[in-house]
Amino acid sequence: MSILLTADDVRRAITRIAHEIVERERDFSQLAIVGVRARGDMLATRLRDALRATCGREVPLGLLDITLYRDDLTRIGYSPTVHRTDIPFPVDDRVVILVDDVLFTGRTVRAAMDALLDYGRPRAIRLAVLVDRGHRELPIRADFVGKNIATALGDDVRVRLVESDGRDEVELAQKVPA
Amino acid sequence: MTVATWARRHVLSTEDWSRDEIELVLENTSAMTEVLSRPVRRAPPLRGRTVVLFFAEASTRTRVSFELAAKALSADVVNISAAGSSVEKGETLLDTVRTLDALGGDVIVMRHSASGAPYFVAARTTAAVINAGDGWHAHPTQGLLDAYTLRAALGDLAGRRIVVVGDVLHSRVARSDIHTLVPLGASITLSGPPTLMPSAWRCGALPPGVTYEPDLDRALDGAAAVIALRLQRERAESGLLPSLREYARTWGLNEARVARMRPDAPVMHPGPMNEGIEIEASVAHGARSLIAAQVTNGVAVRMALLYLLAGHPS
Repeated sequence: MSILLTADDVRRAITRIAHEIVERERDFSQLAIVGVRARGDMLATRLRDALRATCGREVPLGLLDITLYRDDLTRIGYSPTVHRTDIPFPVDDRVVILVDDVLFTGRTVRAAMDALLDYGRPRAIRLAVLVDRGHRELPIRADFVGKNIATALGDDVRVRLVESDGRDEVELAQKVPA
Repeated sequence: MTVATWARRHVLSTEDWSRDEIELVLENTSAMTEVLSRPVRRAPPLRGRTVVLFFAEASTRTRVSFELAAKALSADVVNISAAGSSVEKGETLLDTVRTLDALGGDVIVMRHSASGAPYFVAARTTAAVINAGDGWHAHPTQGLLDAYTLRAALGDLAGRRIVVVGDVLHSRVARSDIHTLVPLGASITLSGPPTLMPSAWRCGALPPGVTYEPDLDRALDGAAAVIALRLQRERAESGLLPSLREYARTWGLNEARVARMRPDAPVMHPGPMNEGIEIEASVAHGARSLIAAQVTNGVAVRMALLYLLAGHPS
């Protein structure tokens, strides 16, 4: 068990991603942030606040629940509760920054893109994640990464955030060798 | 965030449901109303699944509601109605079930005039069964959509008194409303002619949370909402009622009666309505009416149940 990111690291990662977004996305008027439930939406809210602090611009924020778009409905991923998606702006022609906590197989991002495209036709979708732990099963990469971490396939990366877990940290629980 | 669990294979009645199970369905219903409000009113979770709509008793709105719900979740839908099918040619329910099972449906939505028929089918099929109304027994999706609609209008139902008026004896809607609203904290006041009340209930042996007040005006005084039941016209012919006109005068909802409730207390009806008998047109289409919302919410409730049943690991 080891701590990969402390509360301070998490805060710095979000601030850095905000600065990278400001550098790369020139046209702020068409920008929007959409967080993937559950922890991606908390990070998205913080990113929105960081962008406001960085450049004083208010970027619209949406929350996406991808339960209905998963490809593992009858497998391990079955989750009985479907939460509301809340995207209070038209996504057509916007540059949408999708926010999630951990990028792993890429399946969640695939589901999130499918869900988002049911709301319209964004000009572009970018991906921002707090942690990229590798082991992709789909051809997907992140545009903004808080921290790249080398992991073994069976490892467990646990993201804790104040809003849901009482404190900010990212922990790596290594698979116990058999 | 509570971790919800769902272990049911069928939805036959909400009578034995826990409050948590009802809350899970209502929470998912809220997410489904959002799906229905999108420009593309469709999500993919039931892609490749087949929902069989087996309606052995006439129904348009419930069948269409289930069909829209199944399609909004990308399921394939097969319709079997009694009229024009092998049921009319004398096929037994058991043979129909064997056929439905062999066709490979994942969910069977059924309506039948015999109370208990969905239990018979559920015990003999590998598919999940949803009861869309069986005889006088239960109509669980109506109870759930009424609960969702009342919650959306009133908030928490704890301590709220809801009047259900009409032919309670023959009403699966009344029973399912009781079995869904009472666990959510509401109390129910039944009203209507004593001849159309189950005899045990008329004589005071009522389920918990339920009272009977034959005088509709008294029942409505200070109530939080009213649900009017459909009156079958044949009840008057069978001698249970002196006349439809007398029923309308004594137990029909009109503006003056509705005004006895709390301000803005809503009016509901499961449909189809006999306007001028159990409800005046001005009330049915007035400011307090949630009847259109019931129809819209019905699709979302059925989506929530189809998702929970078809998505459950078998």
